[in-house]
Amino acid sequence: MKTNTSIILRRLGLGVVTLLVISILIFVGVEALPGDLAEAVLGQSATPETVEAFRKELKLDLPPHVRYFSWLGSFLRGDFGTSLANGRPIADLIGWRFSNTLFLAGITALISIPFAVGLGILAALYRNTLFDRSISIGTLSAISFPEFFVAYILIAIFSVQLTMFPSMSNIGPQMTLLQKIHAVALPCLTLTLVVMAHMMRMTRAAIINVLTSPFIEMARLKGLSWRRVILHHAFPNALSPIINVVVLNLAYLVVGVVVVEVVFVYPGLGQLLVDSVAKRDIPVVQASGLIFAFTYVFLNLTADILSTLSNPRLRNPK
Amino acid sequence: MTAIQLLKKSPASARVGMIIIVFNLLVMMLAPVIAPYPETEVVGDVWVNSSAENLLGTDQLGRDMLTRLVYGARNTITIALFITLISFTVGATCGFLAATLKGWTDQVISRMVDIIMAFPTLIFALMVLSVLGTSIPVLIVVIAILDSTRVYRLARAVAMDIEVMDFIEVARLRGEKLWWIMRREILPNAMPPLIAEFGLRFCFVFLFISALSFLGLGIQPPTADWGSMVRENAGAITFGILTPLYPAAAIAVLTIGVNLVVDWFLHQSSQLRSH
Repeated sequence: MKTNTSIILRRLGLGVVTLLVISILIFVGVEALPGDLAEAVLGQSATPETVEAFRKELKLDLPPHVRYFSWLGSFLRGDFGTSLANGRPIADLIGWRFSNTLFLAGITALISIPFAVGLGILAALYRNTLFDRSISIGTLSAISFPEFFVAYILIAIFSVQLTMFPSMSNIGPQMTLLQKIHAVALPCLTLTLVVMAHMMRMTRAAIINVLTSPFIEMARLKGLSWRRVILHHAFPNALSPIINVVVLNLAYLVVGVVVVEVVFVYPGLGQLLVDSVAKRDIPVVQASGLIFAFTYVFLNLTADILSTLSNPRLRNPK
Repeated sequence: MTAIQLLKKSPASARVGMIIIVFNLLVMMLAPVIAPYPETEVVGDVWVNSSAENLLGTDQLGRDMLTRLVYGARNTITIALFITLISFTVGATCGFLAATLKGWTDQVISRMVDIIMAFPTLIFALMVLSVLGTSIPVLIVVIAILDSTRVYRLARAVAMDIEVMDFIEVARLRGEKLWWIMRREILPNAMPPLIAEFGLRFCFVFLFISALSFLGLGIQPPTADWGSMVRENAGAITFGILTPLYPAAAIAVLTIGVNLVVDWFLHQSSQLRSH
């Protein structure tokens, strides 16, 4: 088991280094602004005294490395500073929205993962049949569609024609779980369709890859039933790529929500990020970007560790 | 096998893809000839249904939708192609350099690429745009750099396989310079996978720039662009008017077309290798 722990520890270390470098990049990116934040916010007409006072307030008069560490330190304590646009603390803006984003991504994951893995396995088992071909064409077109195209088609059908679901997913804290689910039905369906296509294609490829290996042929030749071959021989060996696919798509989900949130005016972190980029509210962009990056790197890390753990060769070292 | 023989043997799906691509390229090049009205002229009421004067109706300002779509093809596809070309030049050059020089050149470039790839592309682009502001040169450089990391990975892997061949050794002994080896020995042999990748990268860049424009952070109005046209007309959908679906469908159709051709090409080159 020693190799296992050291691999995981090395991977964790790499993840931490990546996050640190990303945070430095984000910080330096803002440093590289022509002029500085104070001038950018106050505009051309501000007097030098006002700019100087504002710089003091933003602690822009300290040297860069001091500001980087104090920025990172307060970020880790959950203090993200205040928004330039409305002066409210960023933590208040972000907390609720981030939980909304996770709610949407979570429901989508709950629906799409079992479906995608199941259909992917079926497509691999009945490969080159009509069922497999229609799935393959369906997924190829779903991958080629921009998310907003899928979203507006769904709005045109379910919201305008059938009036089943709202086209704007406004959710509030006073709503019950059922009301919330009804409100997010369409964005959830959009994301499900987009993510499922990726997951199904990759699951199918992973299973087919395993099914062509000699030990599967051997198991068949021994006279084992298909059911036993699939469940006991093929599935455990395809588990590592499948877990990888699932977690990578979860990471994709967290980022993919940005466009979908904008389409459905959903009060999530992605919507906030896009608004802040348009307003050039840089502290909010920094904070929400860093949260997205943390989630993304964390999920990628989980994918790597899980696939290491599910690899039979690494689980039973010589 | 000549190109014509290859085309005759192509499956129906690849032919559909080629027709879509050629059609789009023609529209792109002949835009001022095909378009019934000038790019930004207001010709009628807001969101008029299709008629003899406006085949696809009008947009949110009363501009002719067909005209906007035709000019949109020109603007969006040109920018996407340009970005893909830059990302290929940068990515392939760095990849070949890393594979031929190895050592610290390889280490430095590869670790930088690792870090950029550990970060979600859309979020990265949004953060850069928030600092530098949205303009077409910034968009082109940001997306090209983000995209070149993927090209780099492929180019480096392919060049690594080629670099160990005898003819590279011979060229080195002959005293050829690094640039000559990269251009005359490695590039021709790395071509098939790179061409397929070009198609895939184009799709990615095209969808990416459409998404940014849709978010209002890409190509800015009044320039006609498919992504921003969806955004501008989005309000119509709640009245049951399908106008925003036209540019969205145009994006989807072109992407499917390129994907179909790439699929066939990948299939072809894997067959060629196994023979």
